[in-house]
Amino acid sequence: MSHMGTVEPEQPSLYADRPRIYPRAVSGRVRRVKWAVLCLLLGIYYLVPWLRWDRGPGAPDQAVLVDMGHARLFFFWIELWPQEVYFLTGILVLAAIGLFAATSLFGRVWCGFTCPQTVWTDLFMWVERRIEGDRNARMKLDAQPMSARKFRLKAAKHAAWLFIAAATGGAWIMYFVDAPSFVRDIFTGGVSLQAWFFFALFTATTYVLAGFAREQVCTYMCPWPRFQGAMLDDQSYVVTYRPWRGEPRGKAKADNVGDCVDCAACVHVCPTGIDIRDGQQLECIGCGLCVDACNDIMRKLHRPEGLIAFETLSNLAASTAATQSMPACAARVDVGMQARRVPKLIRSRTVLYAAVLGLVTAIMLVAFLMRENVSLSVLRDRAPLFVRLSDGGIRNAYTIKLSNKEREVVRYALVADGPAGLQLVVQSAEQDAQGRPLLTTRPDGITEWRVLLTAPPRLALGQSVPVTFRLMDASGRVAARHESVFLGPER
Amino acid sequence: MPTKIEKDAISGTDTTGHEWDGLKELNTPLPRWWLYTFYATIVFAAVWVVLYPAIPIRGLTGVLGYTAREAGTAELAEARTRAEPMMARLRAATPAQIAADPDLRAYAIAGGRVAFANNCAACHGAGGQGATGGYPTLADDDWLWGGTLDAIRTTITHGIRSPDDEEARTSVMPRFLGDGMLTRPQIHDVAQHVLGLSGLATDQAAAQRGAAVFAENCVSCHGDQGEGNAELGAARLNDRIWLNGPDTRAIEAFIANPRLGVMPAFGQRLDAATINMLAVYVHSLGGGR
Repeated sequence: MSHMGTVEPEQPSLYADRPRIYPRAVSGRVRRVKWAVLCLLLGIYYLVPWLRWDRGPGAPDQAVLVDMGHARLFFFWIELWPQEVYFLTGILVLAAIGLFAATSLFGRVWCGFTCPQTVWTDLFMWVERRIEGDRNARMKLDAQPMSARKFRLKAAKHAAWLFIAAATGGAWIMYFVDAPSFVRDIFTGGVSLQAWFFFALFTATTYVLAGFAREQVCTYMCPWPRFQGAMLDDQSYVVTYRPWRGEPRGKAKADNVGDCVDCAACVHVCPTGIDIRDGQQLECIGCGLCVDACNDIMRKLHRPEGLIAFETLSNLAASTAATQSMPACAARVDVGMQARRVPKLIRSRTVLYAAVLGLVTAIMLVAFLMRENVSLSVLRDRAPLFVRLSDGGIRNAYTIKLSNKEREVVRYALVADGPAGLQLVVQSAEQDAQGRPLLTTRPDGITEWRVLLTAPPRLALGQSVPVTFRLMDASGRVAARHESVFLGPER
Repeated sequence: MPTKIEKDAISGTDTTGHEWDGLKELNTPLPRWWLYTFYATIVFAAVWVVLYPAIPIRGLTGVLGYTAREAGTAELAEARTRAEPMMARLRAATPAQIAADPDLRAYAIAGGRVAFANNCAACHGAGGQGATGGYPTLADDDWLWGGTLDAIRTTITHGIRSPDDEEARTSVMPRFLGDGMLTRPQIHDVAQHVLGLSGLATDQAAAQRGAAVFAENCVSCHGDQGEGNAELGAARLNDRIWLNGPDTRAIEAFIANPRLGVMPAFGQRLDAATINMLAVYVHSLGGGR
């Protein structure tokens, strides 16, 4: 048996023309959820740079700010330094595993509801629909030759798109510079060339990706659809057509046909231009608009909703098996639906994702809670390893760096815990009442000190003895500590 | 050449017409705009070749006249301009003033570390650890020519026994054997006495005999107890620091025919700001007074 039917041999094209897609407007439950998610996400994106957070004088008052110039990341009450970039890494790891977990439980919810490509494309399509009209009006408009009306509509659409794109590019810059002064600088000409470049870049990418590239991004550019199949199994929710109920297709009033009346509503609303009834496809982003479109038709025909639904492949198989020998009738729908089972949320892969998610969250949380506003690092001189003094004593030198994340001057006494008799001197430091070196830190910065530790001639130490440096605040609390060694000659 | 384009009944897609041992390839072509982005990169490259030097042939410098060397030189000049206000302050201040100002001091130690690695580390070692055989350790507390900030600056500026600087630090220790001032046994005795000043003598009788030789020949520069004299660059002999090692033969050889160290006058090579930075850095190594 052959699956192949012969056609005339000819050189096939190596490149495909893009079919124009004119998605029709749709309303329903899924559409309402999508609007809500869109408003929430875009609201967060556009408004967060405008939130203020008082950090006192000399510090930016923007709640969320990546300050490249001063190498600081501000997030409300949190201020991160470049060496703490692992918190960002941790959040990205959590986001990735969270994405895996959500995908294995609920299918392509990321693609269909929250991906920026989907959200901005949705917004651009809404604008397009408001200006040019719905599917049929747009198809008619595009087929027409250029006219004053067509030009006006097209110009209005592109102007609106460019406005949204510029707002998007501008909002991106505002995460890196002070938002109010950036907006003022745009009009007074004080914006740096670098800021203009990124402003133009993100404006252009928004305009091109959401206005023109659209589903091509998901189908050809994005790697995620290609490997997310690995997170899905037959217990994951996917958008699917129920062929056991819909087939054979036929007119609404015909006998012995399924519920699908072949109205193509699901095809017309699809933003990626596919037919969901062909089964699982790479191009399907799982937005569920076909669910709304089909439910609308089913309601009008007084048939139960859910011919296209968020469903698991396991339930689909169960329904198919239960209704295999049944003719198309209303009872078939009931039997098929009763064969369904509640999908198993607890599966080896979801347990694994949850475990990794919990572990990484715990690690990040502990690291965050253990985070100190002052840290001490001690670098022992490697050349020379130690110095013999004129009286025969041995001296080691250390460079200590004090990172002070507070925005005020702090003073600490330095103590070296080691063999009794070691003498501690910090170059150009004051001393406190007990004769301990007193280190005065720079606010919001790193202060460097050179520390000399001397063993008098009579103190016979080994080749290497451990020494711990401690920072003591005024109340005697240990603010930070660092382990090092004191080296001497062979004995 | 494709021979037979067929339609796959399952996917509904045409094949490419190629066949390998019964395996047929579905034709799932790339979108045409993808091809256009490829053309766009070619156009970009062509523009680049015109604007920038891209072909390694002399004369093909590109319309913009860009060269990496000039860009680097310009960046360096810009960095110098940026550093100039700080360098002017470092030039005008004394080393003591620099050491007292936390900002200047931090800048001077960072800059001095680089200048030290470029100019000084060849003889004095990284971090001023020195080397046996005439290259003094700069991190210890013993100084031939003085360890104050000003003394260090003078030494760096004018050098030691540097022939091209009239103000160079100079002193001469006689060649006690070469010039016939002492005999070999006398040199042996006085070497034992010198070791004895630090409690290291191995031949007490010789050390006793050497005391008289020492009093007659050495005390004028090295002092009664061998305490040294930084004015003359005379080494302190009664401590545990030895330029040539606490070794009888090395000491005897040095008395017989001293090998006197030479250091270039860096005032002729480096500007005043750099010398000030070096003085503060060397002083911070551990031995500064």
